[in-house]
Amino acid sequence: MNQYDAIVIGAGHNGLTNGAYLAKAGLKVAVLERNPYIGGATVSRELHKGWWYSNCSYVSSLLRPEITRDLELPRHGLQVVSFGGGATFMRNGDYFGNYSDHDRHYREIARHSKRDANAYDRYAADTSLQTKLIRPYLLRTPPDPTSLKPRDLRDLLEFARSFMDLGEEKLLDTIKFWTASVGDYLNEYFETDVIKAHMAGSGIIGTALGVYSPGTAYVLLHHYMGDVDGNVGAWGFARGGMGAIASALSKAFQSYGGEIICDANVDEIIVKNGRAAGVALKDGTEYRAPVVVSNLDPKRTFLDITNPSDLPKDVLKKARNFKIRGSSGKLNIALDGLPVFNGLDPRNRLMAGDLHFSDSLERQERAYDDWKAGTWSKDPYLDMMIPSLTDPTMAPPGKHMMSVFVQYAPPKIHGREWTDEDKDGFEKSVIDQISNYSPNFRDLILHCETRTPREIEAEVGLTEGNIFMGELTFDQLLFNRPFPGYAQYRSPIKGMYMCSSGTHPGGGVMAAPGANAAREILADLKRPNTVPGGYADD
Amino acid sequence: MTDYDAVIIGAGHNGLVCAGYLAKAGKKVLVVDGRTAPGGCASTREFTPGFQVSDCAQWLSQFDQSIIKDLDLKGAGLKIGKPKATISLQPDSNHLVLDGDSISGAGVDSADQTAYRDFRNMVRRFAKLMTTLYRSRPPKLVEQNWNDRLTLMKLGLGLKLLGRERLRDLMRIVMINIYDVMNEHFANASLKSTIALDAITGTNMGPRSPNTVYSYLHRATGEYLGQTGTTQVLGGMGALGQSLAAAAEKQGATLRLGAAVTHILKTDDRVTGVALASGETISAKLVISSADPTTTFRDLLGYHQMEAGVAKRVEHYRSRSGTAKLHLALSALPSFKGLTEAQLTERLVITPSMDGMETALNPMKYRELSDLHTFDISIPTLEDPALAPAGQHVLSAIVHYVPYAPDIGWEAGKPQLLEQLLRELETFAPGISELVIASDLAVPSDLEASHGMTGGSWHHGELSIDQALMMRPFPGSTQYATAVSGLYLCGAGAHPGGGLQGLPGRNAAKEILKQGALS
Repeated sequence: MNQYDAIVIGAGHNGLTNGAYLAKAGLKVAVLERNPYIGGATVSRELHKGWWYSNCSYVSSLLRPEITRDLELPRHGLQVVSFGGGATFMRNGDYFGNYSDHDRHYREIARHSKRDANAYDRYAADTSLQTKLIRPYLLRTPPDPTSLKPRDLRDLLEFARSFMDLGEEKLLDTIKFWTASVGDYLNEYFETDVIKAHMAGSGIIGTALGVYSPGTAYVLLHHYMGDVDGNVGAWGFARGGMGAIASALSKAFQSYGGEIICDANVDEIIVKNGRAAGVALKDGTEYRAPVVVSNLDPKRTFLDITNPSDLPKDVLKKARNFKIRGSSGKLNIALDGLPVFNGLDPRNRLMAGDLHFSDSLERQERAYDDWKAGTWSKDPYLDMMIPSLTDPTMAPPGKHMMSVFVQYAPPKIHGREWTDEDKDGFEKSVIDQISNYSPNFRDLILHCETRTPREIEAEVGLTEGNIFMGELTFDQLLFNRPFPGYAQYRSPIKGMYMCSSGTHPGGGVMAAPGANAAREILADLKRPNTVPGGYADD
Repeated sequence: MTDYDAVIIGAGHNGLVCAGYLAKAGKKVLVVDGRTAPGGCASTREFTPGFQVSDCAQWLSQFDQSIIKDLDLKGAGLKIGKPKATISLQPDSNHLVLDGDSISGAGVDSADQTAYRDFRNMVRRFAKLMTTLYRSRPPKLVEQNWNDRLTLMKLGLGLKLLGRERLRDLMRIVMINIYDVMNEHFANASLKSTIALDAITGTNMGPRSPNTVYSYLHRATGEYLGQTGTTQVLGGMGALGQSLAAAAEKQGATLRLGAAVTHILKTDDRVTGVALASGETISAKLVISSADPTTTFRDLLGYHQMEAGVAKRVEHYRSRSGTAKLHLALSALPSFKGLTEAQLTERLVITPSMDGMETALNPMKYRELSDLHTFDISIPTLEDPALAPAGQHVLSAIVHYVPYAPDIGWEAGKPQLLEQLLRELETFAPGISELVIASDLAVPSDLEASHGMTGGSWHHGELSIDQALMMRPFPGSTQYATAVSGLYLCGAGAHPGGGLQGLPGRNAAKEILKQGALS
């Protein structure tokens, strides 16, 4: 008889975080994982001898520092190395470089537009004001605006006050920022195509909207609100790949006595007279626990592993209507050496950052048009990294690993499933895009793993291949995530909880949903809280 | 001593409404307009000898009832036609008919008919709530005074009264796109796109674009403001302008048409009046502009007359539109496949599926012409024969999506577009081209020139969340009084904005009187 105090379904970063905080509170916790390896979308895999791929998530910034410190992740082997640089290579053979040194960056922008160079600090200040607003709410349970519980009223009031404190005009500017399109937002600061396009990328990554679609400015904020070692907005590589985050979380979890069970494919959550009682695996094995936490996305949680008869109709409807359209694909490539783009010296520090080829908002919008039409982008927006430049452990000496995130790729092709031919066509459009700017690129390829939304769903279990486990639009953010009325990590079934990126504060390797859910569970169990509150920014 | 208490720029429907209310309160008001006929977007034009059309707005659906009463527009000669059903033309001639809460045709099944009633009920609840905001000045959120608190309390109560589930529905859909909402409610593709068309009319957005639910709800407020359904004004929209002008004059307001304002006069600290093209200047305690915010601040006042922060906001105010207006003079009544002659008097719409609408939109984004469009058609001569010679007719259509300035230029582009539009009409009304005596195509840049609407935006600025309600037109100028002392806004660029409502004019007048800005 496998009896536990709590069972967490899915050993992704949120599941492990949730398990860690429950175990830390003294519960007997098991985290079940369908795959033979842990990490979910936070993995490093040696898919080509000697090369390690972060083959889903590939950079780190959002991981809450409170959790990193509280679970002592560095002691468990986590080292996040921030990277500088980045560039957008242009069709005319030029490029726009993103320098971490302020003056160098100013000169680079000025090389394209003096006006934009002078606007940049204003842009940076306005945007960081927004990140400062949102960061304190990441490690918080969203209040329910329709509830009259003292706790909800108090939190709502505090939430409202933090916005009121901005004053009338700044508050309205904030509403504008949260609802505008990233294109319109950037147009208010910059005039140069390549500069706008370089920054707009963060507004569409993982998103089924275009740079001209309202709501994409928020997605930009979502990518700016993290930090590396307190450096807000900075991004970094987890040494050894993203799997290092999952591995450190699992060690922390185990250090509190937690148990990880792989190859455990959950078939259904067992509900006994209205209460969660455990889970049954596809192979018939049963694990018993009064608390069951699902780290799967809301669709899989309520439509796949929960018996419909155990759920109220409105929740089934909400789960069916949950927006989780995939929009991204990924290529992971083993390279024999460094490619040269538009003649830029491959040892230039810019190469250590995020590299792109879309040099205008229009090209990015056209890439979205292809997605709308039900096919992959013919001129895709790429977010390309060579982590081995920063972390040599990713590839053999002298060789390199390249991670290419691709926007856009639809969950279905013209309404039907992806075929292998589609996958080849998708891969070709990406390789061609890169080769257009790098004559030697093709010859350097030793191995390439191509992942369309089909592979992402099949291997990681992200429905429709949506990397955020649910679109980041306002109908699915804050107290609306995953559904209005169910944003406080409790499912309609007693003892059953949600802790995935499909809950507040949403997608990205943040670990906040897992921690927030643990706080709620411990409260329901009347156990002392082990989850840290958010630290204020200094 | 000034010539007038207030000089109102623009004899559009909002300017005239504002004048009517101020004059009614005994204020000395002058309305000036460069155009020779009153009404602005509510105007009738003889675009070719003997044929008259409503040359901008063609449907009356949102005009606030209280204004018609307060200013006795009926007494001033306003005649409103019968409510129209909406007929969505289908390629197979099995047309979709929407009449009130009932729908038929296009293979709509009983499930969708029930869903449609539920959807309309939901929309009505939300629209009614919005009207509580629409009939008062937009409340400030931080620097509130008692009026604002009262409005916010009313709103809060209204939200509470929605009930928990409805409130959650509202929270979920208000910021998203009509595309997803349609897919959640309905199965029938024609029904979805016909409703979606109402959400994108007058905008540059596609059904997939967030904000389109808000623009749909905005339109739906007409159910409460207008209570007339979709109707036409007898004599064309110009008759509304005429009646508003007559009503305003009856109240004692002075009208000067054909007198274009070249700029707004300002001393160091406040606006003092306006200068006309004739060189004449007119002084007033207040200058109230029903022109759009960009025209008002950038063109008439000038950036040098305001603080940099205000100029920046004006410059960033967005007024893009994908709306064009097509007029045809027809030698006889056209015949549409599967429509009786009687049905031709209804509101006829042509739209592809929602995905088709997105495809139709794409070229506009890149300054190209599309080979697929949506039509919102009116044949007013059936109910109002006086608009054309006996036995002959006019057809007007609101068309999407048309770029503001195509790369090929309008010189070459317009004939191309006209040909394309007729080709598309032919598929539903075979032989209509042969009936065309004369045609007139007003693209966004034409509408900008003829009606002084920046970007050709019918709403005097895009109806996106960040430019609506307490944010319209932009922070610092949201309660009709603007950031420039003595200068007020009363046009569609002010709350509640957009469409033929008359509410911005009415609210502005009431606010000015309440503030005692003229006493």
